[in-house]
Amino acid sequence: MVSSSIFLVIASFLASAVEMVEALTIVLAAGVTRGWRSSLIGVGVALIALTAIIVLFGPALTFIPIDNLRLVIGTLLLIFGLQWLRKAILRASGYKALHDEEEIFKREAAAAQAQGQEVRLGLDWYAFTLCFKGVLLEGLEVAFIVVTFGAAQQQLGLAALGALAALVVVLIAGAVLHRPLSRVPENTLKYTVGLLLTSFGTFWAAEGAGVQWPGADIALLGLLALYTVCSLGYIQLLRRQRERHATLQTTGA
Amino acid sequence: MKYIVNFVHFWYDFIVGDDWTIAAAVVVALIATNLLVQAQIAAWWLLPIAVLGFLGFSVWRVARKNS
Repeated sequence: MVSSSIFLVIASFLASAVEMVEALTIVLAAGVTRGWRSSLIGVGVALIALTAIIVLFGPALTFIPIDNLRLVIGTLLLIFGLQWLRKAILRASGYKALHDEEEIFKREAAAAQAQGQEVRLGLDWYAFTLCFKGVLLEGLEVAFIVVTFGAAQQQLGLAALGALAALVVVLIAGAVLHRPLSRVPENTLKYTVGLLLTSFGTFWAAEGAGVQWPGADIALLGLLALYTVCSLGYIQLLRRQRERHATLQTTGA
Repeated sequence: MKYIVNFVHFWYDFIVGDDWTIAAAVVVALIATNLLVQAQIAAWWLLPIAVLGFLGFSVWRVARKNS
């Protein structure tokens, strides 16, 4: 139980951190080019909306019987986690472009500069909506993970704590550096989160379907180890296949 | 109507993402797991093996398409 609580906080922290790094890039681009007031108000409104989602849906889910809850939430987390893991494997093996925060920052800043000035409710509307949408959309993944993890483990507070810690760390880093956090190993973080979501999702969904795991909660560690080893194997195989293909193309040319 | 379509589209993209076959395979694997449980056969091994199988197949398909 203690190990799954630790994983709960780690998963919540890492998933939140990686999404917040992406949101920070958008907010910095808007803040630097369009001014901070409207941008920060956009961030604030989005954070209030996300908090409302967590506060509304988190406790509501705890009223559903735990087996049904784990089946539904486990299935959703498993599908969601496999998305992250699949993309991380493809990125690590070179089949999908890596996320480049510097590049995204430049693109967003150029787009923000090109926009005209439209004032609504006393706000620079472009900066406000860009930051609101950016933080809300990136934050929805965080809210989804916090609510589902917290409800299935019946520890919403711990899950929220992990997300809050990530928010504080990313905000401090952003305020100190005042530029995109391009040195954060985003793909490694996403890969780790994908592994955790997939492991928890498998564990809960199977439990919900009536499975008794050998070793109870310890099985989570086994799942995590199995998925880590196999996904690293997939990355190696795909890298080799890519290199082989590149060599064939070179010699063919 | 447009808002409902957009809403469903958003959640589909959010949860299911690029490869719907993964979501379908998860559901099929869970149904198979439950059938084994009902037949009183130990079924804990089925979902992890299925997950690794269709994850591997999904990334292999992308790699083959891009090669």
